[in-house]
Amino acid sequence: MNVPQDLKFTQDHEWIRVENDCAFVGVTDYAQSNLGDIVFLEIETVGETLAKSEAFGNIEAVKAVEELYMPVSGEVLEINPALETSPEVVNKDPYGDGWMVKIKITDPSELAGLLDAAAYTKLIS
Amino acid sequence: MTTKITPFTKFHQSMGAHMEPFAGYLMPIEYAGITAEHMQVREKLGVFDVSHMGEFWVKGPKAFSFIQRVTTNDVAALWDGKVQYSCFPNGQGGIVDDLLVYRVNQETYLLVVNAANIEKDWNWCVKNATEMGLEIGKELYNASDEIAQLAIQGPLALKAMQKLTKDNVVDMEYYTFKKIPFAGIKEVIFATTGYTGSGGCEIYCANEDAEVLWNAVMEAGQEFGIKPIGLGARDTLRLEMGYNLYGHDIDDETSPIEASLAWITKFVEGNDFIDRPLLEKQKADKTERSLRGFIMKERGIPRQHYPIVNAAGEVIGEVTSGNQSPILQAGIGMGYVKAPYTKIGTEIFIQVRNRNLKAEITKTPFIQPS
Repeated sequence: MNVPQDLKFTQDHEWIRVENDCAFVGVTDYAQSNLGDIVFLEIETVGETLAKSEAFGNIEAVKAVEELYMPVSGEVLEINPALETSPEVVNKDPYGDGWMVKIKITDPSELAGLLDAAAYTKLIS
Repeated sequence: MTTKITPFTKFHQSMGAHMEPFAGYLMPIEYAGITAEHMQVREKLGVFDVSHMGEFWVKGPKAFSFIQRVTTNDVAALWDGKVQYSCFPNGQGGIVDDLLVYRVNQETYLLVVNAANIEKDWNWCVKNATEMGLEIGKELYNASDEIAQLAIQGPLALKAMQKLTKDNVVDMEYYTFKKIPFAGIKEVIFATTGYTGSGGCEIYCANEDAEVLWNAVMEAGQEFGIKPIGLGARDTLRLEMGYNLYGHDIDDETSPIEASLAWITKFVEGNDFIDRPLLEKQKADKTERSLRGFIMKERGIPRQHYPIVNAAGEVIGEVTSGNQSPILQAGIGMGYVKAPYTKIGTEIFIQVRNRNLKAEITKTPFIQPS
Protein backbone atom coordinates (compact mmCIF):
# COMPACT_ATOMS: atom_id res chain seq x y z
CA MET A 1 0.00 0.00 0.00
CA ASN A 2 1.39 3.38 -1.03
CA VAL A 3 2.00 5.85 1.85
CA PRO A 4 4.01 8.93 0.68
CA GLN A 5 6.61 10.18 3.16
CA ASP A 6 5.88 13.89 2.62
CA LEU A 7 2.20 13.79 3.70
CA LYS A 8 0.36 13.80 7.03
CA PHE A 9 -2.57 11.46 7.71
CA THR A 10 -5.68 11.09 9.87
CA GLN A 11 -7.05 8.02 11.64
CA ASP A 12 -9.96 8.25 9.16
CA HIS A 13 -7.67 7.77 6.14
CA GLU A 14 -7.49 11.32 4.83
CA TRP A 15 -4.14 12.80 3.78
CA ILE A 16 -3.05 16.43 3.77
CA ARG A 17 -0.30 18.15 1.79
CA VAL A 18 0.61 21.56 3.22
CA GLU A 19 1.69 24.37 0.88
CA ASN A 20 2.33 27.59 2.83
CA ASP A 21 -0.92 28.41 4.68
CA CYS A 22 -3.02 26.31 2.33
CA ALA A 23 -3.29 22.55 1.93
CA PHE A 24 -4.65 19.87 -0.38
CA VAL A 25 -6.76 17.08 1.14
CA GLY A 26 -7.75 13.65 -0.20
CA VAL A 27 -8.16 10.05 0.88
CA THR A 28 -5.36 7.50 1.12
CA ASP A 29 -4.54 4.62 -1.18
CA TYR A 30 -5.73 2.31 1.58
CA ALA A 31 -9.11 4.10 1.74
CA GLN A 32 -9.70 4.04 -2.02
CA SER A 33 -8.68 0.39 -2.17
CA ASN A 34 -11.18 -0.53 0.53
CA LEU A 35 -13.98 1.57 -0.93
CA GLY A 36 -13.50 0.14 -4.39
CA ASP A 37 -15.03 1.85 -7.44
CA ILE A 38 -15.89 5.43 -6.56
CA VAL A 39 -19.06 6.69 -8.24
CA PHE A 40 -19.10 10.34 -7.22
CA LEU A 41 -18.04 12.90 -4.64
CA GLU A 42 -20.59 15.03 -2.84
CA ILE A 43 -18.82 18.13 -1.55
CA GLU A 44 -20.93 21.22 -0.95
CA THR A 45 -18.87 23.07 1.64
CA VAL A 46 -16.90 25.50 -0.52
CA GLY A 47 -16.62 28.82 1.30
CA GLU A 48 -17.38 27.27 4.69
CA THR A 49 -14.97 27.28 7.59
CA LEU A 50 -15.00 23.89 9.29
CA ALA A 51 -13.43 22.58 12.47
CA LYS A 52 -10.94 19.72 12.57
CA SER A 53 -12.76 16.35 12.18
CA GLU A 54 -15.91 18.01 10.83
CA ALA A 55 -17.31 16.43 7.64
CA PHE A 56 -16.59 18.36 4.44
CA GLY A 57 -18.40 15.94 2.15
CA ASN A 58 -19.25 12.37 1.24
CA ILE A 59 -17.69 9.81 -1.01
CA GLU A 60 -20.12 7.45 -2.77
CA ALA A 61 -18.64 4.13 -3.86
CA VAL A 62 -20.36 1.03 -5.20
CA LYS A 63 -19.74 -0.72 -1.91
CA ALA A 64 -20.57 2.03 0.57
CA VAL A 65 -20.83 5.71 1.32
CA GLU A 66 -18.30 7.33 3.69
CA GLU A 67 -18.00 10.79 5.20
CA LEU A 68 -14.91 12.88 4.50
CA TYR A 69 -13.40 14.71 7.46
CA MET A 70 -11.22 17.81 7.79
CA PRO A 71 -7.71 16.79 8.92
CA VAL A 72 -7.34 20.26 10.50
CA SER A 73 -9.61 23.30 10.88
CA GLY A 74 -9.87 25.53 7.86
CA GLU A 75 -11.86 27.16 5.10
CA VAL A 76 -12.77 25.04 2.07
CA LEU A 77 -11.45 27.10 -0.84
CA GLU A 78 -11.91 24.85 -3.82
CA ILE A 79 -13.06 21.39 -4.96
CA ASN A 80 -11.01 19.44 -7.48
CA PRO A 81 -13.05 20.15 -10.64
CA ALA A 82 -11.76 16.99 -12.39
CA LEU A 83 -13.62 14.76 -9.95
CA GLU A 84 -17.02 15.99 -11.14
CA THR A 85 -16.67 14.11 -14.42
CA SER A 86 -13.96 11.59 -13.48
CA PRO A 87 -14.36 10.43 -9.86
CA GLU A 88 -12.41 7.28 -10.73
CA VAL A 89 -9.26 9.42 -10.62
CA VAL A 90 -9.42 8.98 -6.83
CA ASN A 91 -9.00 5.22 -7.38
CA LYS A 92 -6.18 5.68 -9.88
CA ASP A 93 -4.17 8.48 -8.28
CA PRO A 94 -5.37 9.13 -4.72
CA TYR A 95 -2.39 11.33 -3.71
CA GLY A 96 -2.03 13.26 -6.96
CA ASP A 97 -4.81 14.06 -9.44
CA GLY A 98 -7.30 12.56 -6.99
CA TRP A 99 -7.03 15.39 -4.45
CA MET A 100 -10.46 16.48 -3.24
CA VAL A 101 -10.36 19.93 -1.66
CA LYS A 102 -7.96 22.81 -1.22
CA ILE A 103 -8.29 24.41 2.21
CA LYS A 104 -6.92 27.46 4.05
CA ILE A 105 -5.58 26.29 7.39
CA THR A 106 -6.81 28.36 10.32
CA ASP A 107 -4.75 26.76 13.09
CA PRO A 108 -1.39 25.38 11.86
CA SER A 109 -0.63 24.02 15.34
CA GLU A 110 -3.18 21.22 14.68
CA LEU A 111 -0.83 19.74 12.07
CA ALA A 112 1.40 18.40 14.82
CA GLY A 113 -1.42 16.11 15.98
CA LEU A 114 -1.63 14.25 12.67
CA LEU A 115 0.03 10.93 11.81
CA ASP A 116 3.24 10.81 9.83
CA ALA A 117 3.83 8.18 7.15
CA ALA A 118 5.37 5.71 9.59
CA ALA A 119 2.52 6.02 12.11
CA TYR A 120 -0.11 5.74 9.37
CA THR A 121 1.59 2.68 7.87
CA LYS A 122 1.44 1.10 11.31
CA LEU A 123 -2.26 1.95 11.58
CA ILE A 124 -3.21 0.16 8.36
CA SER A 125 -0.96 -2.86 8.73
CA MET B 1 -19.12 -19.26 15.19
CA THR B 2 -16.00 -20.04 13.17
CA THR B 3 -15.90 -18.80 9.61
CA LYS B 4 -16.15 -21.65 7.12
CA ILE B 5 -14.21 -21.85 3.89
CA THR B 6 -15.20 -23.46 0.59
CA PRO B 7 -13.17 -25.90 -1.53
CA PHE B 8 -12.33 -22.91 -3.78
CA THR B 9 -11.06 -20.51 -1.10
CA LYS B 10 -7.38 -21.12 -1.87
CA PHE B 11 -7.97 -20.24 -5.54
CA HIS B 12 -9.58 -16.91 -4.60
CA GLN B 13 -6.72 -16.06 -2.28
CA SER B 14 -4.08 -16.96 -4.84
CA MET B 15 -5.83 -14.72 -7.39
CA GLY B 16 -5.74 -11.73 -5.06
CA ALA B 17 -9.42 -11.54 -4.11
CA HIS B 18 -10.56 -9.20 -1.37
CA MET B 19 -12.06 -11.73 1.06
CA GLU B 20 -14.60 -11.03 3.79
CA PRO B 21 -16.84 -13.17 5.98
CA PHE B 22 -20.31 -13.46 4.44
CA ALA B 23 -23.12 -15.58 5.89
CA GLY B 24 -20.59 -17.52 7.96
CA TYR B 25 -18.22 -18.19 5.05
CA LEU B 26 -15.01 -16.47 4.03
CA MET B 27 -16.00 -15.36 0.52
CA PRO B 28 -14.45 -13.29 -2.30
CA ILE B 29 -16.09 -9.85 -2.41
CA GLU B 30 -14.14 -8.49 -5.38
CA TYR B 31 -11.09 -9.15 -7.53
CA ALA B 32 -10.59 -6.47 -10.20
CA GLY B 33 -13.33 -4.14 -8.95
CA ILE B 34 -17.08 -4.49 -8.81
CA THR B 35 -17.87 -2.44 -11.91
CA ALA B 36 -15.31 -4.21 -14.11
CA GLU B 37 -16.52 -7.61 -12.87
CA HIS B 38 -20.13 -6.60 -13.49
CA MET B 39 -19.39 -5.67 -17.10
CA GLN B 40 -17.33 -8.84 -17.56
CA VAL B 41 -20.46 -10.93 -16.80
CA ARG B 42 -22.81 -8.76 -18.89
CA GLU B 43 -20.48 -8.85 -21.92
CA LYS B 44 -18.57 -12.14 -21.69
CA LEU B 45 -18.51 -14.65 -18.82
CA GLY B 46 -17.41 -14.94 -15.25
CA VAL B 47 -17.24 -17.59 -12.56
CA PHE B 48 -18.68 -17.23 -9.05
CA ASP B 49 -18.00 -19.50 -6.09
CA VAL B 50 -21.44 -20.03 -4.60
CA SER B 51 -20.55 -23.03 -2.46
CA HIS B 52 -21.93 -21.23 0.57
CA MET B 53 -25.47 -21.94 -0.64
CA GLY B 54 -27.35 -24.66 1.26
CA GLU B 55 -28.67 -27.88 -0.24
CA PHE B 56 -31.34 -30.20 1.20
CA TRP B 57 -32.39 -33.47 -0.41
CA VAL B 58 -36.02 -34.53 -0.06
CA LYS B 59 -36.75 -38.14 -0.99
CA GLY B 60 -39.39 -40.83 -0.79
CA PRO B 61 -43.16 -41.17 -1.19
CA LYS B 62 -43.88 -38.13 0.99
CA ALA B 63 -41.38 -35.83 -0.72
CA PHE B 64 -43.91 -34.25 -3.07
CA SER B 65 -46.54 -33.49 -0.45
CA PHE B 66 -43.90 -32.15 1.94
CA ILE B 67 -42.55 -29.63 -0.58
CA GLN B 68 -46.08 -28.74 -1.67
CA ARG B 69 -46.83 -27.96 1.98
CA VAL B 70 -43.74 -25.88 2.82
CA THR B 71 -43.37 -23.91 -0.43
CA THR B 72 -45.74 -21.45 -2.12
CA ASN B 73 -45.17 -22.47 -5.73
CA ASP B 74 -46.94 -25.46 -7.29
CA VAL B 75 -44.61 -28.47 -7.23
CA ALA B 76 -47.06 -30.33 -9.48
CA ALA B 77 -46.01 -28.01 -12.30
CA LEU B 78 -42.48 -29.49 -12.24
CA TRP B 79 -41.20 -32.33 -14.37
CA ASP B 80 -38.00 -34.37 -14.12
CA GLY B 81 -35.13 -31.99 -14.79
CA LYS B 82 -37.12 -28.80 -14.16
CA VAL B 83 -36.18 -26.10 -11.64
CA GLN B 84 -38.63 -23.79 -9.87
CA TYR B 85 -38.18 -20.57 -7.88
CA SER B 86 -40.22 -20.62 -4.68
CA CYS B 87 -40.33 -19.52 -1.05
CA PHE B 88 -41.02 -20.95 2.38
CA PRO B 89 -43.93 -19.11 4.05
CA ASN B 90 -43.31 -18.81 7.80
CA GLY B 91 -46.77 -19.52 9.21
CA GLN B 92 -47.33 -15.86 10.08
CA GLY B 93 -47.49 -14.35 6.63
CA GLY B 94 -43.74 -13.75 6.32
CA ILE B 95 -40.99 -15.56 4.42
CA VAL B 96 -38.51 -18.00 6.01
CA ASP B 97 -36.37 -17.96 2.86
CA ASP B 98 -36.56 -18.04 -0.91
CA LEU B 99 -35.22 -21.12 -2.68
CA LEU B 100 -34.92 -23.20 -5.80
CA VAL B 101 -36.67 -26.58 -6.09
CA TYR B 102 -35.08 -29.13 -8.44
CA ARG B 103 -37.15 -32.18 -9.39
CA VAL B 104 -34.91 -35.18 -10.14
CA ASN B 105 -37.91 -37.52 -10.24
CA GLN B 106 -41.30 -37.82 -8.59
CA GLU B 107 -39.71 -38.94 -5.33
CA THR B 108 -36.42 -37.01 -5.36
CA TYR B 109 -35.99 -33.25 -5.03
CA LEU B 110 -33.15 -30.88 -4.25
CA LEU B 111 -33.89 -27.65 -2.36
CA VAL B 112 -31.26 -24.92 -2.68
CA VAL B 113 -31.44 -22.25 0.03
CA ASN B 114 -29.55 -19.11 1.07
CA ALA B 115 -26.30 -19.53 3.01
CA ALA B 116 -27.34 -17.11 5.74
CA ASN B 117 -30.49 -19.14 6.39
CA ILE B 118 -29.25 -22.74 6.24
CA GLU B 119 -29.74 -23.41 9.94
CA LYS B 120 -33.09 -21.58 10.15
CA ASP B 121 -34.39 -23.31 7.01
CA TRP B 122 -33.20 -26.69 8.20
CA ASN B 123 -34.95 -26.33 11.55
CA TRP B 124 -38.10 -25.17 9.81
CA CYS B 125 -38.04 -28.08 7.36
CA VAL B 126 -37.27 -30.60 10.11
CA LYS B 127 -40.22 -29.34 12.17
CA ASN B 128 -42.64 -29.66 9.26
CA ALA B 129 -41.16 -32.88 7.88
CA THR B 130 -41.40 -34.50 11.31
CA GLU B 131 -45.07 -33.58 11.53
CA MET B 132 -45.60 -35.18 8.13
CA GLY B 133 -43.70 -38.33 9.07
CA LEU B 134 -40.58 -37.97 6.94
CA GLU B 135 -37.46 -39.62 8.29
CA ILE B 136 -34.93 -36.90 9.12
CA GLY B 137 -31.43 -37.66 7.87
CA LYS B 138 -32.83 -39.94 5.20
CA GLU B 139 -35.97 -38.57 3.54
CA LEU B 140 -34.89 -35.05 4.48
CA TYR B 141 -31.13 -34.69 4.32
CA ASN B 142 -28.90 -31.64 4.78
CA ALA B 143 -26.07 -31.91 2.22
CA SER B 144 -24.92 -28.29 2.56
CA ASP B 145 -21.44 -29.18 3.83
CA GLU B 146 -20.86 -31.82 1.15
CA ILE B 147 -21.68 -29.92 -2.03
CA ALA B 148 -19.60 -27.31 -3.84
CA GLN B 149 -21.13 -25.00 -6.42
CA LEU B 150 -19.85 -22.74 -9.18
CA ALA B 151 -21.99 -20.33 -11.19
CA ILE B 152 -20.64 -19.59 -14.65
CA GLN B 153 -22.63 -16.64 -15.91
CA GLY B 154 -22.65 -14.47 -19.01
CA PRO B 155 -23.54 -14.70 -22.71
CA LEU B 156 -20.51 -16.91 -23.48
CA ALA B 157 -20.83 -19.18 -20.43
CA LEU B 158 -22.70 -22.14 -21.94
CA LYS B 159 -20.55 -22.11 -25.07
CA ALA B 160 -17.42 -22.34 -22.92
CA MET B 161 -18.86 -25.08 -20.71
CA GLN B 162 -19.90 -27.14 -23.73
CA LYS B 163 -16.21 -27.94 -24.20
CA LEU B 164 -16.26 -29.94 -20.98
CA THR B 165 -19.08 -32.38 -21.74
CA LYS B 166 -20.46 -34.55 -24.54
CA ASP B 167 -24.02 -33.88 -23.38
CA ASN B 168 -25.61 -30.92 -25.08
CA VAL B 169 -25.77 -27.96 -22.73
CA VAL B 170 -25.87 -24.97 -25.07
CA ASP B 171 -29.46 -25.72 -26.08
CA MET B 172 -30.78 -26.43 -22.59
CA GLU B 173 -33.87 -24.43 -21.69
CA TYR B 174 -33.69 -21.80 -18.96
CA TYR B 175 -34.30 -23.22 -15.46
CA THR B 176 -33.69 -26.87 -16.34
CA PHE B 177 -30.95 -29.24 -15.21
CA LYS B 178 -29.41 -32.61 -15.85
CA LYS B 179 -27.03 -34.93 -14.07
CA ILE B 180 -24.11 -35.46 -16.43
CA PRO B 181 -20.45 -36.48 -16.52
CA PHE B 182 -18.47 -33.25 -16.73
CA ALA B 183 -14.77 -32.36 -17.03
CA GLY B 184 -13.81 -35.91 -16.10
CA ILE B 185 -16.04 -35.85 -13.01
CA LYS B 186 -18.41 -38.80 -12.94
CA GLU B 187 -21.48 -36.71 -12.20
CA VAL B 188 -22.39 -33.09 -11.63
CA ILE B 189 -25.75 -31.33 -11.55
CA PHE B 190 -25.67 -28.93 -14.47
CA ALA B 191 -28.43 -26.32 -14.23
CA THR B 192 -29.24 -23.38 -16.49
CA THR B 193 -30.09 -21.21 -13.51
CA GLY B 194 -28.41 -18.10 -12.15
CA TYR B 195 -28.75 -14.80 -10.34
CA THR B 196 -27.40 -12.38 -12.92
CA GLY B 197 -29.85 -12.26 -15.84
CA SER B 198 -27.02 -12.77 -18.32
CA GLY B 199 -27.54 -16.50 -18.84
CA GLY B 200 -25.18 -19.34 -18.09
CA CYS B 201 -25.26 -22.17 -15.62
CA GLU B 202 -24.77 -23.32 -12.07
CA ILE B 203 -22.82 -26.52 -11.49
CA TYR B 204 -23.06 -28.60 -8.32
CA CYS B 205 -20.46 -31.23 -7.45
CA ALA B 206 -19.15 -33.14 -4.46
CA ASN B 207 -16.55 -31.23 -2.43
CA GLU B 208 -13.85 -33.72 -3.43
CA ASP B 209 -14.42 -32.94 -7.13
CA ALA B 210 -14.32 -29.17 -6.63
CA GLU B 211 -10.66 -28.63 -7.49
CA VAL B 212 -10.97 -30.55 -10.76
CA LEU B 213 -14.10 -28.54 -11.60
CA TRP B 214 -12.47 -25.14 -10.92
CA ASN B 215 -9.38 -25.90 -13.00
CA ALA B 216 -11.43 -27.30 -15.89
CA VAL B 217 -13.82 -24.33 -15.92
CA MET B 218 -10.98 -21.79 -15.89
CA GLU B 219 -9.12 -23.64 -18.64
CA ALA B 220 -12.19 -24.07 -20.85
CA GLY B 221 -13.12 -20.43 -20.33
CA GLN B 222 -9.67 -19.05 -21.04
CA GLU B 223 -10.17 -18.57 -24.79
CA PHE B 224 -13.38 -16.64 -24.02
CA GLY B 225 -11.68 -14.45 -21.42
CA ILE B 226 -13.24 -15.96 -18.29
CA LYS B 227 -12.59 -14.16 -14.99
CA PRO B 228 -13.48 -14.83 -11.36
CA ILE B 229 -16.27 -12.61 -10.00
CA GLY B 230 -16.93 -11.67 -6.38
CA LEU B 231 -20.10 -11.32 -4.36
CA GLY B 232 -20.03 -7.52 -4.82
CA ALA B 233 -20.80 -7.80 -8.53
CA ARG B 234 -23.24 -10.64 -7.83
CA ASP B 235 -25.26 -8.08 -5.88
CA THR B 236 -25.19 -5.34 -8.54
CA LEU B 237 -26.02 -7.90 -11.26
CA ARG B 238 -29.05 -9.24 -9.42
CA LEU B 239 -30.19 -5.72 -8.56
CA GLU B 240 -30.26 -4.65 -12.23
CA MET B 241 -32.58 -7.62 -12.79
CA GLY B 242 -34.79 -6.71 -9.85
CA TYR B 243 -34.16 -10.08 -8.21
CA ASN B 244 -34.96 -10.17 -4.50
CA LEU B 245 -32.23 -10.72 -1.94
CA TYR B 246 -33.27 -12.33 1.33
CA GLY B 247 -32.50 -10.12 4.33
CA HIS B 248 -32.92 -7.04 2.16
CA ASP B 249 -36.03 -7.19 -0.02
CA ILE B 250 -37.73 -10.09 1.70
CA ASP B 251 -37.61 -11.46 5.24
CA ASP B 252 -39.77 -12.88 8.01
CA GLU B 253 -41.77 -9.63 8.11
CA THR B 254 -42.62 -9.37 4.41
CA SER B 255 -45.28 -11.45 2.70
CA PRO B 256 -44.82 -12.99 -0.75
CA ILE B 257 -47.79 -10.93 -1.97
CA GLU B 258 -46.25 -7.65 -0.79
CA ALA B 259 -42.91 -8.70 -2.25
CA SER B 260 -44.44 -9.05 -5.73
CA LEU B 261 -43.95 -12.81 -5.49
CA ALA B 262 -47.58 -13.58 -6.35
CA TRP B 263 -46.20 -15.25 -9.49
CA ILE B 264 -44.65 -17.97 -7.33
CA THR B 265 -47.61 -18.11 -4.91
CA LYS B 266 -49.96 -20.51 -6.65
CA PHE B 267 -53.50 -20.74 -5.30
CA VAL B 268 -54.27 -23.83 -7.36
CA GLU B 269 -56.05 -27.03 -6.45
CA GLY B 270 -53.82 -29.45 -4.58
CA ASN B 271 -51.35 -26.77 -3.43
CA ASP B 272 -52.29 -26.58 0.25
CA PHE B 273 -49.24 -24.64 1.47
CA ILE B 274 -48.64 -23.02 4.86
CA ASP B 275 -50.29 -19.56 5.09
CA ARG B 276 -52.40 -20.16 1.95
CA PRO B 277 -55.68 -18.79 3.41
CA LEU B 278 -53.94 -15.72 4.79
CA LEU B 279 -52.05 -14.98 1.58
CA GLU B 280 -55.09 -15.66 -0.60
CA LYS B 281 -57.04 -13.07 1.40
CA GLN B 282 -54.13 -10.64 1.13
CA LYS B 283 -54.07 -11.03 -2.62
CA ALA B 284 -57.83 -10.38 -2.88
CA ASP B 285 -57.82 -7.43 -0.46
CA LYS B 286 -54.64 -5.84 -1.84
CA THR B 287 -51.76 -5.07 0.50
CA GLU B 288 -51.00 -1.76 2.18
CA ARG B 289 -47.50 -1.73 0.75
CA SER B 290 -45.69 -3.38 -2.15
CA LEU B 291 -42.14 -3.95 -3.23
CA ARG B 292 -41.24 -1.82 -6.23
CA GLY B 293 -38.22 -0.90 -8.28
CA PHE B 294 -37.24 2.73 -8.77
CA ILE B 295 -34.64 4.71 -10.68
CA MET B 296 -32.99 7.90 -9.43
CA LYS B 297 -33.81 11.03 -11.42
CA GLU B 298 -31.18 13.04 -9.54
CA ARG B 299 -27.62 12.04 -8.77
CA GLY B 300 -27.54 9.81 -5.71
CA ILE B 301 -27.14 6.21 -4.63
CA PRO B 302 -30.07 4.70 -2.73
CA ARG B 303 -29.10 2.25 0.01
CA GLN B 304 -30.90 -0.14 2.36
CA HIS B 305 -33.00 1.61 5.06
CA TYR B 306 -33.05 5.04 3.41
CA PRO B 307 -36.58 6.51 3.82
CA ILE B 308 -38.80 6.91 0.76
CA VAL B 309 -40.89 10.09 0.95
CA ASN B 310 -43.53 11.85 -1.16
CA ALA B 311 -43.40 15.42 -2.52
CA ALA B 312 -44.67 16.71 0.84
CA GLY B 313 -41.79 14.96 2.60
CA GLU B 314 -44.01 12.36 4.33
CA VAL B 315 -42.48 8.91 4.71
CA ILE B 316 -44.19 6.45 2.35
CA GLY B 317 -41.71 3.59 2.46
CA GLU B 318 -38.16 2.37 2.85
CA VAL B 319 -35.37 1.30 0.51
CA THR B 320 -34.48 -2.41 0.80
CA SER B 321 -31.73 -2.59 -1.87
CA GLY B 322 -29.95 0.02 -3.91
CA ASN B 323 -26.78 0.84 -5.78
CA GLN B 324 -25.36 2.49 -8.86
CA SER B 325 -26.32 0.53 -11.99
CA PRO B 326 -23.15 0.02 -14.06
CA ILE B 327 -25.28 -0.40 -17.21
CA LEU B 328 -27.66 2.54 -16.68
CA GLN B 329 -25.06 4.75 -14.96
CA ALA B 330 -27.74 5.82 -12.50
CA GLY B 331 -28.86 4.94 -9.04
CA ILE B 332 -31.44 2.13 -8.93
CA GLY B 333 -33.14 0.46 -6.03
CA MET B 334 -36.04 -1.47 -4.61
CA GLY B 335 -38.19 -0.73 -1.64
CA TYR B 336 -41.62 -1.04 -0.09
CA VAL B 337 -43.98 1.84 -0.85
CA LYS B 338 -47.54 2.49 0.34
CA ALA B 339 -50.40 1.54 -1.97
CA PRO B 340 -51.05 4.96 -3.59
CA TYR B 341 -47.44 5.15 -4.80
CA THR B 342 -46.98 1.73 -6.39
CA LYS B 343 -47.90 2.62 -9.99
CA ILE B 344 -45.13 2.62 -12.60
CA GLY B 345 -44.09 6.20 -13.34
CA THR B 346 -45.03 7.58 -9.90
CA GLU B 347 -42.68 10.27 -8.65
CA ILE B 348 -41.12 9.47 -5.27
CA PHE B 349 -38.17 10.86 -3.35
CA ILE B 350 -35.32 9.04 -1.65
CA GLN B 351 -34.02 10.64 1.51
CA VAL B 352 -30.24 10.67 1.19
CA ARG B 353 -28.55 12.38 4.14
CA ASN B 354 -31.45 14.78 4.76
CA ARG B 355 -31.92 15.63 1.11
CA ASN B 356 -34.92 14.36 -0.81
CA LEU B 357 -33.72 13.22 -4.23
CA LYS B 358 -36.21 12.66 -7.02
CA ALA B 359 -36.82 9.09 -8.22
CA GLU B 360 -39.45 7.25 -10.23
CA ILE B 361 -41.21 3.91 -9.74
CA THR B 362 -39.96 1.72 -12.59
CA LYS B 363 -40.75 -1.72 -13.89
CA THR B 364 -38.19 -4.44 -13.26
CA PRO B 365 -35.91 -5.79 -14.61
CA PHE B 366 -34.23 -2.42 -14.95
CA ILE B 367 -32.30 -3.65 -17.98
CA GLN B 368 -32.68 -6.24 -20.75
CA PRO B 369 -29.35 -8.09 -21.02
CA SER B 370 -28.48 -9.48 -24.44
